[in-house]
Amino acid sequence: MLTDIGDESKALREHRLNIEEFNYAYAETLDAMDVDEWVEYFTEDAFYHVIARDNAESGLPLGLIYCEGKAMMKDRAYALLNTEMFAPRYLHLSISNTRALEIRGGEILASANYTLVETRVEEASRIQQVGKYRDIFVYEGRRLLLKERICTYDSVMVDNCLVFPV
Amino acid sequence: MDEKNGQKSGFDNQQWFNRAWPDDDTRIPDWIYTDQDVYERELEKIFLGRHWNYVGMECEVPEPGNYIRSYVGPFPVVVTRDMEGILHVFENRCAHRGVEFCREYRGTANSFICPYHNWTYDLEGNLSAVPFRRGLGGRGGLPPDFDMAKFGLRRFSVATRGGVIFATACADMESIEQYLGPEIRKEFDATFDGTEFKLLGVHRNILPSNWKLYQENLKDPYHATLLHTYLTTFGLFVSSNESKIPTDESGRHGGLLSRRPDGRPDVSKEEQANMQAFKETMKLNDPRVLTYFPETDSKWSGSVLTIFPTLTALRQTNILNTRLLVPRGPNEFMMLWTVFGRADDDDEMTRHRLRQNNIFGPAGFLGIEDNEALRFLQEGLGKAIPREGLALLGKDDEPDDTIITERAIRGMYRYYRDVMEF
Ligand SMILES: [Fe+2]
Repeated sequence: MLTDIGDESKALREHRLNIEEFNYAYAETLDAMDVDEWVEYFTEDAFYHVIARDNAESGLPLGLIYCEGKAMMKDRAYALLNTEMFAPRYLHLSISNTRALEIRGGEILASANYTLVETRVEEASRIQQVGKYRDIFVYEGRRLLLKERICTYDSVMVDNCLVFPV
Repeated sequence: MDEKNGQKSGFDNQQWFNRAWPDDDTRIPDWIYTDQDVYERELEKIFLGRHWNYVGMECEVPEPGNYIRSYVGPFPVVVTRDMEGILHVFENRCAHRGVEFCREYRGTANSFICPYHNWTYDLEGNLSAVPFRRGLGGRGGLPPDFDMAKFGLRRFSVATRGGVIFATACADMESIEQYLGPEIRKEFDATFDGTEFKLLGVHRNILPSNWKLYQENLKDPYHATLLHTYLTTFGLFVSSNESKIPTDESGRHGGLLSRRPDGRPDVSKEEQANMQAFKETMKLNDPRVLTYFPETDSKWSGSVLTIFPTLTALRQTNILNTRLLVPRGPNEFMMLWTVFGRADDDDEMTRHRLRQNNIFGPAGFLGIEDNEALRFLQEGLGKAIPREGLALLGKDDEPDDTIITERAIRGMYRYYRDVMEF
């Protein structure tokens, strides 16, 4: 819905630009499989959840990935880079339709669509996951950070396994 | 013999057309994982044969009118709870033209209406209504002797134990208790101990490998500390943990039971030397993931049960889940993970289980590795020049606390060979 260019929507447009920049950098970090750096996009107490759309819509809380706080994300990053066996692959995460929806106190509610395309050795590229982010952003100093990112994926039937976060 | 370099070719005696099972039962032929006609024989001898097929958990259909889509072997079924609370399992195939009519993962209904011609079935699978049954204006319609009672959905017999639902097409099937056998029933009851469970959610994934490889994987304690560096790195499991590997009399069902010692495990020098990937144990930044709140009388903090043909049941620390393997031809299967807690869990316990479930599932630290390994395995079996696989480790008469062994895999294939008449 197109709204009047009031003060609030001006502010939202500004936030949306910042969030878009944030999301582009976020995608590039994950494309590079730099999960140590990925952790730095979140606040200390952040919640990160990757949940199948059918579970989410049935009110079922189980997630493919469920991280309460940055410490859990760090543990996942360490495990992925140091303990996990998986086939070599290229990752291509696209984030689109970024929207800043609402300013609530110091928090900005936002959403975006994402698509993760994976390419493995001698295979055609295939969509590993397609879904929607529901985000809460905050500023810490001048730095925009995620306080919450809930990734609800439409591609409920996971192709073998999801190795890296989205 | 190659005269020039005096070496005999290693590729002797290829047997694409010879389906003789090797005499030595430490050898497993490639063709049982790849061949369409073997798969078709499994449909008849295994999934529609004398077996109880797991189809879901009662906590997935807790209220009258609840239903889920599920499968008996590869065959789509609907699991319902009728208005009297009785469970039914019937095929998801309209008796008229064959439409797979139930399209939702789960829901609540008092009848199922096939969208094509609106043939209607009740929650027991009986045909309850056919539009224009008498035709229009005295013409057309079904033959006058059409017997509605004969054209219901084909139904499976149902059994439940501890909240787990099984179905069979076999008309004179033994009880689920007899089917499990005393050793495995004991461990089954330790996990499904009569408490009421609460559904936390379902994971779904497609694995490009033969369904039997997953049963093998969970009967294979040998790989646990070698493939799953996460387990040893964070001290969840090491080979010197107290363990037990029971099987039933027939060899078809099995268990991997282990007890996590209090505190950090001791990894012996002998173990370290054998684990290429061994790393000094690390501390998690958030150790809550591995916290164990004892919630069972069993001495085993970890229990993986493989119930033939397509159920695996996991109780690992506070993770509770069942996995249904749904074959989709010889080279692929779908896995439906039902993850649950207990009905009396408070919010904090529910969050604890959700945190802990990061270890398993299709993005779990163990799941990623098993799924990748099985994908590589199927590619090896399907693409390479055929050869027999080896299941050599351990002995068939060894004590059941021997962990570096493939005894349970051999046991399953002795049963498989017998039931498949190979
Ligand atoms: Fe494994």
